[in-house]
Amino acid sequence: MLSVLTDNWELFVDGFWTTLRLFLIAGVLSLALGTVLAAFRVSPVPALRAIGTGYVNTLRNTPLTLVFAFLVFGAPKMEISLPTFFWSAVVALTVYTSAFVCEIVRSGVNTVPPGQAEAARSVGMTFMQVLGIVVLPQAFRAIVPPLTSVMIALLKNTTIAAGFSVAEAGAIPAVMAERGENQVATLVWITVGFLILIIPLVFLQRWAERRTAVA
Amino acid sequence: MRMRNLVASLGVAALALTAVACGKDEPAGGGGTGDSAASDTCGDLHKFTTASGVDVAGSATFTKIKSRGTPVVGVKADQPNLGYKDADGKRCGFDIEVARMVAANLGFDPDKIEYKEIPSANRETAIAGGEIDYYVGTYSITDKRKKLVSFAGPYFIAGQDLLVRKSDTSMDAGKTALKGKKVCSATGSTPIQRVKDENLTEASNISEFKTYSECVSQLLDKKVDAVTTDDAILKGYAATAPDELRVVGKPFSEEKYGIGLPLADKALRDKVNSILETSASDGTWKELYDATLGKSGSDSTPPPLEKY
Amino acid sequence: MSVVLYDVPGPRAKARNRILNAVVMVALLAVIGWVLYRLNESGQFESRRWAQFQYSSIQQQLLDGLLNTLKAAGLAAVLALLFGAVFAAARISDHWWFRAPATLVVELFRAIPLLILMFFFYYGNLQFDLGIGPFWAVVFGLTLYNGSVLAEIFRAGIAAVPKGQREAAYATGMRKNQVVRLILLPQAITSMLPAIVSQLVVLLKDTALGFIITYAELLYVAKQMGGRLQYGFPYIPTYIVVAVIYIGLCSLLSVLARWLEGRSRRRRKVTGAPPPSAAEAATSVEAPL
Repeated sequence: MLSVLTDNWELFVDGFWTTLRLFLIAGVLSLALGTVLAAFRVSPVPALRAIGTGYVNTLRNTPLTLVFAFLVFGAPKMEISLPTFFWSAVVALTVYTSAFVCEIVRSGVNTVPPGQAEAARSVGMTFMQVLGIVVLPQAFRAIVPPLTSVMIALLKNTTIAAGFSVAEAGAIPAVMAERGENQVATLVWITVGFLILIIPLVFLQRWAERRTAVA
Repeated sequence: MRMRNLVASLGVAALALTAVACGKDEPAGGGGTGDSAASDTCGDLHKFTTASGVDVAGSATFTKIKSRGTPVVGVKADQPNLGYKDADGKRCGFDIEVARMVAANLGFDPDKIEYKEIPSANRETAIAGGEIDYYVGTYSITDKRKKLVSFAGPYFIAGQDLLVRKSDTSMDAGKTALKGKKVCSATGSTPIQRVKDENLTEASNISEFKTYSECVSQLLDKKVDAVTTDDAILKGYAATAPDELRVVGKPFSEEKYGIGLPLADKALRDKVNSILETSASDGTWKELYDATLGKSGSDSTPPPLEKY
Repeated sequence: MSVVLYDVPGPRAKARNRILNAVVMVALLAVIGWVLYRLNESGQFESRRWAQFQYSSIQQQLLDGLLNTLKAAGLAAVLALLFGAVFAAARISDHWWFRAPATLVVELFRAIPLLILMFFFYYGNLQFDLGIGPFWAVVFGLTLYNGSVLAEIFRAGIAAVPKGQREAAYATGMRKNQVVRLILLPQAITSMLPAIVSQLVVLLKDTALGFIITYAELLYVAKQMGGRLQYGFPYIPTYIVVAVIYIGLCSLLSVLARWLEGRSRRRRKVTGAPPPSAAEAATSVEAPL
């Protein structure tokens, strides 16, 4: 059991390192894109709202696997392509996850009492100021717990990249099959790896939930 | 709500799409706007006579097939002229013919074979786990695999080669020219393992997909520079798109294709070997080859069996 | 929608918004135009790339793929709801020896990537000859993951029913079983509905992972169709068709959810006592993904 891990240590380390990089880069990018989309969805400009709504409804109803497939096999056909398959995976994960981030940020904004925004406007703040200085910081509390869930999901979703030529943790079983190693033992170790990565996130979530509960 | 409009419009779009699809619906094979579609359909398969009264004493697999009535055969579906499934759902190619020949000589109707597409990386597990009865799909006989499954054959000898874009001459020297080039092959396949083992290109330049088709697609899109695997497979692609692709033609390995069988089933292995032996001597092998891979222009003869 | 964020626009703001709107529209049209142009330039609308759809056998394959997707999703949905109900019940139990293992199971399956869960069944079957095919690997994987998430949704939904309800019920002498069954569940269900349905949408979408373990669902068929060199690798046409199918299916579920929600809201208005925040509470615990 242990030898399965130690004999292939490098494979596991490389795999999880790629997983972590995918997670961090796509995480930051989807937070940014998701927030922009949320701003679109609450903006006074109808066309922007339509873009935001259309984006969210399309992406939330499309399997992530299909988003991956489209970027890796479809996009190059129309000469839109990314430098490596790693970056295709980053974009696929970002495009998909940002739809969920957008919805969370938007509903977070809705939890802020209207009086807050009204007061901010009465002192002459613009839309962007109201959103950036008054509403978003307060919405943040309601946003953090569900956002952590989305980030956990993102971390787990990186495994799908294995089907698209990215050698992350989800690709380890295929290599181990080639090496003739014990598959179930391999999977147990991959699970352990993910638990190690996810448990801190779960604690962060619990902590944030407690803080919002008190407030 | 805005959402409702979107959903409604999507619904309309979907309806329109189905309408279009149905509108063009035509009986199988009758459709197709042009010549390109016609060339894709599998032609007539070889006619085998189904043997009767066959028994393979001591073969657990044979007993299993017998009770089921039809063999379950693992194949590839995306290798033109080898293991291919056309738009009509018909299968053809050299490997398919070999699978049919084995079934017929075991006493089962070759037209009733249940085919299963098994990705390269899952072949051993699929055979060992009994998901399939036997596997015919460019399956190289190696010592390592012999520990997990047993092989009848070889029934064909291929060599690892490179498929490149037609205008790209930078890899004409063969495997030594691969350094710095992006190479693609199927996940868990022997060819990609050789590229890694012999360090033919940098690790970061290696791409692996589930199927060779996906690699060829990436090759045409210039996302990779070469697809490497057995020349038999590559020739099938080059023959399909001769204006865009070509095979370098400097094979750097010898791949003996065998029929994968469950490890313990020696009785079935002996039986399949004798089927292959007969086909080599009575000319059936040659007929099958000429009708499939032979169309690429290169000749071949049945290889000597390696019984064990 | 969120008028909270900005005042009802005056004449100047209205003019500005109109201009902005026009600019965005033009930009959007430009992007769409550019994409269509690129698609056309690269020959994605050529008839040979769409020719496959004319074959009745291809249509049959697509239909079979769709049916396989629905079959796996339907069965997994039923099993996941059962799994969720059982484990939610265990998690709100008064006995710690019920609670602790249930919590462990739920937390564990929520933490394992779904693909890895499916791999467990797929490779486990091949290694130990369990006699389960890729179909069951997909169904079991979906069941364990979504069942665990549903267990959390159920638990949170019940916890979100106002405290007074529970206290009043206990005060009338009901036992825990009765309190949960007669008082908490009926109130919680309606508020949990949106979360449950969006989880089922997730489940439906996740069947697409089946292609990695050779389950012939819709995306598997699509990849096979797209991978035909003879038709110029028609990935884009195929994916467009498949995306429309997926989006249509999932939207249908969402519409159903909203309809159910609206219906139960209306009904509740008559009888009174709505717990409005429960839905949000349930969704915030687990953002469906």
